[in-house]
Amino acid sequence: MSKLQQVPEQVLNWVDERFPLTSTWKAHVSEYYAPKNFNFWYFFGSLAMMVLVIQIVTGIFLTMNYKPDGNLIPGTNISVAFASVEYIMRDVAGGWVIRYMHSTGASMFFVVVYLHMFRGLIYGSYQKPRELIWIFGTMIFLCLMAEAFLGYLLPWGQMSFWGAQVIVNLFASIPVIGPDLSVLIRGDFVVSDATLNRFFALHVIAVPLVLLALVVAHLVALHEVGSNNPDGVEIKKHKDPKTGIPLDGIPFHPYYTVKDIFGVSVFLVVFTAILFFAPEMNGFFLEHPNFDPADALKTPAHIAPVWYFTPYYAILRAVPSFFGMQVWGVLAMGASNVIIAFLPWLDRSPVKSIRYRGPIYKTALALFVISFLSLGYLGTQAPTELGTFLSRVFAVIYFLFFLAMPWYTKIDKTKPVPDRVTMK
Amino acid sequence: MSDQQVDNSKRRFLLIASSVAGAGAVAGVAAPFIASFFPSERAKAAGAPVEVDISKLEPGQKITVEWRGKPVWVVNRTPEMLASLAKNDPKLADPKSDGSEQPEYCHNATRSIKPEIWLSTGVCTHLGCSPTFRPDLAPADLGPEWLGGFYCPCHGSKFDLAGRVFAGVPAPVNLVIPPHKYLSDKVLLVGEDK
Repeated sequence: MSKLQQVPEQVLNWVDERFPLTSTWKAHVSEYYAPKNFNFWYFFGSLAMMVLVIQIVTGIFLTMNYKPDGNLIPGTNISVAFASVEYIMRDVAGGWVIRYMHSTGASMFFVVVYLHMFRGLIYGSYQKPRELIWIFGTMIFLCLMAEAFLGYLLPWGQMSFWGAQVIVNLFASIPVIGPDLSVLIRGDFVVSDATLNRFFALHVIAVPLVLLALVVAHLVALHEVGSNNPDGVEIKKHKDPKTGIPLDGIPFHPYYTVKDIFGVSVFLVVFTAILFFAPEMNGFFLEHPNFDPADALKTPAHIAPVWYFTPYYAILRAVPSFFGMQVWGVLAMGASNVIIAFLPWLDRSPVKSIRYRGPIYKTALALFVISFLSLGYLGTQAPTELGTFLSRVFAVIYFLFFLAMPWYTKIDKTKPVPDRVTMK
Repeated sequence: MSDQQVDNSKRRFLLIASSVAGAGAVAGVAAPFIASFFPSERAKAAGAPVEVDISKLEPGQKITVEWRGKPVWVVNRTPEMLASLAKNDPKLADPKSDGSEQPEYCHNATRSIKPEIWLSTGVCTHLGCSPTFRPDLAPADLGPEWLGGFYCPCHGSKFDLAGRVFAGVPAPVNLVIPPHKYLSDKVLLVGEDK
């Protein structure tokens, strides 16, 4: 070997003596052994990471032209912020593609994350020893919702304004500290320029930093205990006595990197189709009233949050006020999110995967999915008496899925779990 | 080093003392950051009273003015509208407005100074949307018993023509009536009553 050919290796050695480059690559990629029986549901973790990258890159470019200024341009009823978004859409070269990538990315982030969470649900990926992975994941989900909400204010359209008005007032309904808390969040007595500026700061730097840190924690915890799989069996129980490598494990790279690249390709076909043909998704990704500039004196005739919030919004609306206080709906909505984190301790089943669970759990899960989707639909609709009644029924089922879980998972029949993973 | 015994109580004292001092410093540094979250002096100053000219307000009409960044309504109620108020009483959550917010001079059956002219903030007491004025009788979406009032598009709260909330809707109390007074027969001042 010539001296020149040895240069890359020497550089790598030089780095490795000073920084754990090769060992980190091995621990997390080339020698991270994942179960060999991953299926369709295992695409969504890596897809979520890719969407996160899309959001960060497009977000950086959007901030270069966006102005977080709620003051009106003199002589018009249009704010500087609203005008800067129109400027990006009409005058900045490539601006409309970048913005639609960001807005489509926001919705697709939730599509991917909801499917990723559902995977955890059906294969019991939250069970011991993966409780912390699940908790970090729940925190990522909460951060993501905060990030989406904060970002939706920035165009300063009608839905931005009234959505923020409603959500900030949720906090005002907390007894005693509520009114002061809502002033603290807004930085003003009404949603105003001060609110827009701080939401911008939180959206572009504060929450993304927390989000990234949580993603790192999520992955570090995952790679510490190892991935679950569709059979819900621990591959670390059966290791090759010589190498110590799980018999049912395959290195993440190249096996799953190649699988995930295929998943990314299919996903990007869908993503670009939305981006170029239906970026507003008929009002589901970008709502029609948000193309009107914010007007503090006029609420749009029908306001509903973006689709990914509607299940929780339906729960909020379903709860009436008691004792002259309307904090209960807010508490129910908060609880519907926080309760997800307690799943590892609510589930008393001896098996992880739905493949080996009994009919009771399968029924409960089916009812939960129906309730979640129905609440999502009802949340997009104007409130009616029938809608409110149905929302109450589905909200009760939503909570019963979690609260009755310790009981029904205990009495449910289970099938014997195989010793090793299966390839069906 | 001497061969003296380690005095653990001194170490503990130093640890506690330095921790307390450190926590004090952190709290001191945090103060301006937390303070910056509250409304600025400029935001606090933007609360001046607003004059409303009602000379062109016909019976049955509503106008909206902005006061402290919020919508404020003035409605000129017809005799029929005023008559509808008492009929709603059994269906309301707080018909006498005892648990609601209004100046003492509006704590009456019509929630106003003069019976026909009604002034209120147009902000739903649920989550702050601005309800829609629905003076029409028995419309399809609000049912045959609707005698006119306000409907909040956000979460379906209903109020009558005195801003009194119906029972069984998300909003817990009646619409808030701000302090106001008549400068003359045709001019109202919102935000000040003395």
